[in-house]
Amino acid sequence: MPQPLAHAQDLYKHFGSTQAVNGVSLSVSPGEIYGLVGSDGAGKTTTMRLLVGALKPDRGSIEVCGFDVLKQTEQARATIGYLSQRFSMYEDLTVLENIRFFAEARGLSATEWLPRSLEILEFVGLEKFKDRRAGHLSGGMKQKLGLASALVTRPRLLLLDEPTTGVDPVTRQDFWQLVIKLVSRTAEADAPNYQAPITNPRESVSVIISTPYMDEASRCHRVGFMKNGQIIAEDTPSNLRSMLNGRILELRGSPLNTLRHIAHNDEDVEDVQAFGDRLHARVRVGRAKTALKRLALTIKQSGGRVDEIRAVPPALEDVFIALSDSKAPELLRSQISSQETT
Amino acid sequence: MNTRLLSIIRKEFIQIFRDPRTLAMILVIPVMQLFLLGYSATNDVRNIPLAVLDRSHSPESRALLDAYRAADYFRIAFSVDSESEIEDLISRGEARAAVIIPPDYAQRLADGNAQIAFILDGSDPTSASTALSAAQLISQTHATDILAEKFSRSGTNLRVRPPVEARTTVWYNPDMVSAHFMIPGVIGMILYAIAAILTASSVVRERERGTIEQLIVTPIRPWELIVGKLMPYVILGFFNTIEALAVGHWWFGMPIRGDLGLILILSIVFLITGLGIGLLASTIANTQQEAMLTVWMTLLPSIFLSGFFFPLEAMPKFLQWVSYFMPLRYYLVIMRSLLLKGVGLEMIQFDVIAMTLFAVGIMTAAALRFRKRLD
Repeated sequence: MPQPLAHAQDLYKHFGSTQAVNGVSLSVSPGEIYGLVGSDGAGKTTTMRLLVGALKPDRGSIEVCGFDVLKQTEQARATIGYLSQRFSMYEDLTVLENIRFFAEARGLSATEWLPRSLEILEFVGLEKFKDRRAGHLSGGMKQKLGLASALVTRPRLLLLDEPTTGVDPVTRQDFWQLVIKLVSRTAEADAPNYQAPITNPRESVSVIISTPYMDEASRCHRVGFMKNGQIIAEDTPSNLRSMLNGRILELRGSPLNTLRHIAHNDEDVEDVQAFGDRLHARVRVGRAKTALKRLALTIKQSGGRVDEIRAVPPALEDVFIALSDSKAPELLRSQISSQETT
Repeated sequence: MNTRLLSIIRKEFIQIFRDPRTLAMILVIPVMQLFLLGYSATNDVRNIPLAVLDRSHSPESRALLDAYRAADYFRIAFSVDSESEIEDLISRGEARAAVIIPPDYAQRLADGNAQIAFILDGSDPTSASTALSAAQLISQTHATDILAEKFSRSGTNLRVRPPVEARTTVWYNPDMVSAHFMIPGVIGMILYAIAAILTASSVVRERERGTIEQLIVTPIRPWELIVGKLMPYVILGFFNTIEALAVGHWWFGMPIRGDLGLILILSIVFLITGLGIGLLASTIANTQQEAMLTVWMTLLPSIFLSGFFFPLEAMPKFLQWVSYFMPLRYYLVIMRSLLLKGVGLEMIQFDVIAMTLFAVGIMTAAALRFRKRLD
């Protein structure tokens, strides 16, 4: 693994009696998209705020681009772009005025800010709206403005705190295309048709993004799963999925409630989740075949109908549900051993 | 100059000029307050409605009433026929005072021992005391005139004169116009309230709307944020002072006898106190309403305990002592001295030093707290 662009070691932060962040360590390589997932209150936002230096940790150290965030706060912040969860641009300023303010506040000179702002607005697709008040933008455009403002000083590390929460699916897609473009542009830097650099071409951008959406998590290079202020699992999405290989059964049939009830009471089934008209049942290690046969039989005996029952490749969502379940200690154990082998 | 500082100042100005409420507060409210208080906060009592019960119906009683009519303290609003009517008028507040002239007034005047009854509504002590002294003065003058006339009619060429007379000269505000005394206070109150409220809400608004989160992660230093946020209000407060002085001078005829430069400089020192209070309030309050309330809570005692409306000398010792902690007190003394008396700096040293210490102290405390709150 190359020298990490950002590295946090043993971060702790409490608010009153709540231990919001309880020993988080994470590293991000240049050009990497790191996803921070977990339920509300898991400590994602606090971790993000610690990384950018908006909060002081009780304990621990953070280094970004070789700068100590706690001691060399100003230099470190100059390399970080941060998009907070809540819209935090000035609604009474226009798009361009907002970008200008944050560009100058972060050190761009009077001659630099304008070309740079126009370039970044074109990148996010807001150039037509540059004279519109930020308060009159749609939710998605607001997020793009936030992204543009975070990018205007060519940061090396981009911290995005739930940027797509409450944004429509099309805009979410748009937003992700921008993030991917941002990271891959640096890889294309040597290509002959390489165009105006949004970021410094010789320096790779890394992204840390927190999200409650699993489809977004699977777009990340690496994902850290947070629970109770700790990262309890961290790997590539495919490695995370493979933790549950052969343990997810998919059931279709009717009545769904009966199916669910029977699956729930089966001795080998740890958990049942509904996905629309299907059920996902997580079974104990090595019990998939036995459970599959027994479930099919029991359902028929109790008058239900089975349209389909089969073992399916686990989705990231299955993994996160399993990780959220405190009654899944073996999963964690296997996770730890898989980390040791890699 | 520092780009970051300039960008904050520019941003604040844009926000001020785009917010109609803030703009109104800066442009309209000071003038409105000035007119409102310049006219209403006055102790000059004129045209007190008077009810008259004349049972004498004689030339003598009419002469007495003419004397009342001549002085513009009273306006004979009612001529009644019974005492119960007087009681009714006063209790309904339609008359504030009443004169009852007995049927034998003319007779007793000739004997030299006439009496009239003067009834006063004491529920408003300010106007009552003015009315009382006016009534006494009018009666006395009238009595003297009658006496003089008597003597001259009897052929004695004697000039009647009281044995002792106080020759009064009123300095600085010879006509004792309340507005001249009030306007310096109004200027102080406006500077204080506007500076404190606007500063507090401009800081709290950043927190309310979440923009503080982006602000914190910029390399802006706390002092740059403080100076950048306050600077626009220093500039606007400066214009408010000039605006208020101009209205006071040209509309209300308030003199500006002292050094105008000194007046403006000391006004800015006082303005800094207001800005500091606002900044301090912003570290306590979480919403703009809370900030506004916090500022008001400091503003009210300031107004009452600074000698703005009520003379400090009339207060109990304890409150006089408390008034030394009201920065507005010093500013009022300074402004009244400079504007009305036209004294030099050496005469108001104590107040200038005290006010400056308060400005520096409050601003330092606010800046320290503000810094801490950011972390």
